[in-house]
This record gives sequence, C-alpha cells and structure tokens, in this order.
Amino acid sequence: MVTFNLLLNAVVTGILLGGFYAAVTIGITIAFGMLDIVNIAHPAFIIMGSFIAYIVNRTFGVDPILTVIVASPLFFLLGVAIFSFYHAAFEGSGKGSLRGLAFFFGMLFVIEVTLLLAFGVDYRLVQTSYIGPNVGFEHVDLPLRMVIPFVGSIALVSGLHIFFGHTFVGRAIMAVAQDEFALSLMAVDTVAIRQLAFGIAIATAAIAGGFLIVIQPVDPSLGREYIGRVFAICVLGGMGSIPGTVIAAFILGVVETITSTLVGPSWAPAVSFATLLLTLAVRPSGIMGR
Amino acid sequence: MRRFPSWVWPIAVAVFTLAVSRLVENEYYMFAGYVVLQYIVLASAWNILGGYAGYVNFGSAAFFAIGAYGTVVLDKLGEPPLVVAILFGGIVASLVGLVTAYLTLRLRGVFFAIATLALAIVLQTLVMNWEFVGGPLGVYTTRPDSITGFPGYVNYLFVVMLVLALISVLVARAIELSFVGRGLAAIRDNELAAECCGVPTFRLKVLAAMLSGGLMGMAGAPFPYYITYLDPNSAFSIAYGINSIAMPLVGGMSHWIGPVIGAVLLAVVQQVATVTISSELNLMIVGVLLISFITLAPNGVVGLFERYRQQRHWRPGK
Repeated sequence: MVTFNLLLNAVVTGILLGGFYAAVTIGITIAFGMLDIVNIAHPAFIIMGSFIAYIVNRTFGVDPILTVIVASPLFFLLGVAIFSFYHAAFEGSGKGSLRGLAFFFGMLFVIEVTLLLAFGVDYRLVQTSYIGPNVGFEHVDLPLRMVIPFVGSIALVSGLHIFFGHTFVGRAIMAVAQDEFALSLMAVDTVAIRQLAFGIAIATAAIAGGFLIVIQPVDPSLGREYIGRVFAICVLGGMGSIPGTVIAAFILGVVETITSTLVGPSWAPAVSFATLLLTLAVRPSGIMGR
Repeated sequence: MRRFPSWVWPIAVAVFTLAVSRLVENEYYMFAGYVVLQYIVLASAWNILGGYAGYVNFGSAAFFAIGAYGTVVLDKLGEPPLVVAILFGGIVASLVGLVTAYLTLRLRGVFFAIATLALAIVLQTLVMNWEFVGGPLGVYTTRPDSITGFPGYVNYLFVVMLVLALISVLVARAIELSFVGRGLAAIRDNELAAECCGVPTFRLKVLAAMLSGGLMGMAGAPFPYYITYLDPNSAFSIAYGINSIAMPLVGGMSHWIGPVIGAVLLAVVQQVATVTISSELNLMIVGVLLISFITLAPNGVVGLFERYRQQRHWRPGK
C-alpha cells in the first residue's frame, strides 16, 4: 500500500537527489551545451574525483567535500590540458566531431580501467560525521548524507550561474557559446576562452565526485550509470542553460525516486533514458532551449 | 596478371579458413576463432553507419544482446534451428535500429550517439526485470545435439560465424560500391549539401541503421549456444560497444577491408592478452590503441598503407 507519507518522502528525496544531479550535469552543460564538446568521459572524471576524496579521507581523515574543493584547481588544469590536446588534434580539421567523440569514449575506458587496476572492483566509501544521522521534520526523514551534497550542489550551481551572468569572463564564455565566429571577428581569442570554460567544466567534476562518494559507495564503473543521466538532464534542460539544467535535474530526480518507490528500484535506470528518448522525439530543444 | 574482382578475395579467404579449421584438433582455437569472427561481423556492421555515414553508434552491445536474447526466447518456446534464430535476431534488431533511427536521425548526429548509449541501458534494465529470460540471474541454454559432419558443436558454430562474417563483409562492400554508399559518403562529408543535391539523406540513414543493427543482431544470435550461460552483464558487455568502434577506427573506416583488419588485429591482441595477462587490461589496451590511432593515424591501417603507396608512387625520378 502506497501511503501519502511514502510518496511525500519519495518527492523530498527526489528533490535532494535532483540538486545533486544538477551538480553532476553542470559540467556537461558547459562542455556540451555551451562549447559543443561531447565529453562523454565526464562521469569518469567525477569518479576520479570520488577516488581522490576516498584516498585522502582514508589516509588523513580529511572531509571528502573539503578535499575535492582543494583538488578542483588540479582538475581545472587537467581540463585545460585536455582541451589543448583536443583542440589541436580534432577541431582544426573540420571533421573532428566523430573522432572527438571516439577520443572521449577511449578516454572513458582508460580512466575506468586505470581505477579498476589500482583499486579493484570493490565499492569504496568515506567516513564523516554527517554520514548516518537524519534530520527529521514531521513526517519526512532527511538523511544528512543527502542534505549536505544538496546544499553544496545548489551553492555550486548558483555560484556558476552568477559567474556566467555577472562577471566579465563568464559573459565572455556565454558570448562564445552564442556565436563563436562573430566573436572571433572582433579579435577575441575564442580558443583561450573555451579552454578556460572547459577547465571549469572538469573542475566541477571533482566537486561532484566529492558529493557522490558522500551519497553512495563508489566503484570504478559507476560512471557509466551517469552517462545517460547527465545527457538526459542536459538535453531536457535545453543544452546550454543553467536554470534549465537545474529544473531538468529536479524533474529527473523526483521521477526516479517515485519510480523506485512505486515500481521498484531495478526500474530506476530506465527512467532517465526514457526521458531522454522522449525529449529527443518530442521536443529536442528542451525546456529552456532557444 | 589479370586482376580478380575484389569480392573474390573475402570468399577465397573464408574457404581457406574453413579448410584450415577442419584440420585443427584443439577446440580452444575454435573458441578463440569464433570471437574474432564475431568481431568481424560487429565491426563491419558498425562501419556501415559509423564509417560510411559518420553517425556514431555507442549501443552495439544493445543490438548484439537483442540477437542473443531473441535466441533465448525462441529456445524457451521450443528448439529452433540456428538459422531461424539468427534471422529472428536480425529482424528484431533491425526493427529496433529503425525505431531509434526514426526518433533521432533527423537531429544532429550527436543526439543519435547519445540515444544509442541510452538504448543499451534501457534494454539492459528491461532484461534485468524480465523473469522469463532469467532476469539478473541469467539463463542456461543447452546446446542442441552435435551436427552430423562436425566434430563438435563449437566447430559448427565456428562455421556459422564464418558464414555470417563473410555475409557482412560482402554486404558492407556492396553498400560501399553502390549508390547507397556514395549517398552515405555525401552525408558524412556535408549533409546539407547532400540534401540539396537530391540525396534522400533520411531514408539512406534509416536504411543504414537497419542494416547495421540487423547484422549486429545476427552476430548475437548464436552467442547463447556459444557460452551456454547468458546473463545481462555478458550480453550487454561494454566490450562490444568499445570494440566495434575501435576496430573500424584502427583498421580504417573508408574501406570495407578496414573493419576486418581492425577486428582481426584487436581481437587477436585481446585473446592473447586474456590468456597471458588479465582480462581487465584488455579494455585498457583497446582504449589506448583507440586514442593513439585517432590522433596519430586518423585513417587507420588502411590509411597508413595508402599513404605509403602514394609516396612510393609519387617519388620523383620514377
């Protein structure tokens, strides 16, 4: 029997999960939506972030979220390096899209297998004070391990939204997303701007990885489950739109938890893909698409 | 010397392989050879859409698994002849290819790629929840009795896969040389221009997606009898997805022989690596080869060979 209480709990959990999904997807929104770089290896970078949080937490006992915030500049540099390589190898020739796609696909495997060889197939988890206890309202129990990543995710996404709307560099990135060619006619170094933006996208992967390992135990191949999810959210949200990404992430989170509550958890993975196919078939420009 | 038409060569090689296989005593070589042939089918099938038209399919595993689970369903209902199972798998997989293509091929190519990635996971979830075919626990399939004229059932499967490989190579070659192949190449180079010149781009893409998916389904159909125990993780193994992309890229996507070269090369390397090192390292090797080929030799082995031939041809003073 499905009670109102159960449904309410599912919706609230879904919203918490949705907030986290927004943080996971934001890097794709920047890379794929704004820069047109189909980085399908993004979830693999997120798992990499999780494992960094795991190692530091296990050896020094440092908080995982603090760790990844410190580690994110390193991911930024990694992103800049990958972009330079990607740009030099694939973007000049004009026929780059297929090969660029295959490049990231190969990268996904290299990262995954490296982690697999280094850590094995076991699930890894971290220990902090906020994993375990719940905060309760009248009828709703909120696990703190979901609330903290939710708050962090919303802070990350809002911060980026303000950055893109109100700073000079952020608006330059938005301008590149809108019309790179026109910008290059005004003597702007669009490659440098895109490099910076891709660095930011990969840096968000580190932070999302920290949240991920707080929410659930992580194994090297977990990233695959997120590939479809992040692209579903990105497309549903309207590609390059940050508010659209957040709305789509909430929708997907709620639909997923309701499906697991009503039908069973084994059906949850199909939700995001059904959403994606439906969006592509009915409204490919997404909720906030132009 | 008189030149043979190029379709003679695949047939000659297949007949030669068949003759050699009759002399091999050790069953392991049959097992390993089956995998190599299976990858020739998958790589050639992938190349019809990916190489000729430039539309990347990440969901080869989905089409392969449709064929494999199609056989499981038929096997539960009664014992079908293998040919029926293969045709069934091929038809169902090409119908799935049709639907996916119809939904996404009007959009940019990237969306098709993402949708195929999604397709693999949707189908895996469906199979996981479908008790009739064993759900997450998997299902045992008993091999039919040995076929007369073959020393063992594996030898029979090897020959079946050899025929399938020959068919897919010939189909890929026929497409490449016909108006379909020229239309697909026009789509790859510039879809808008092709459309303006009167190439029926959408219909050609759908046709290519159906053929490609159908051949992958046919490759999967004998699989349950090959491993005798099928579970979702082995049927939807990510190895099929990456290999069927890496093999044409490594071999060369512009010519029908490219996927064959890539499949033989990579599958043999992986078989050797599995025996001597570890099976996890396999995917690593494929990933590294994939990245190095697309950056250093974008046209694969075929491209390297053609460059060498051209250089020799153009050398001044000759």
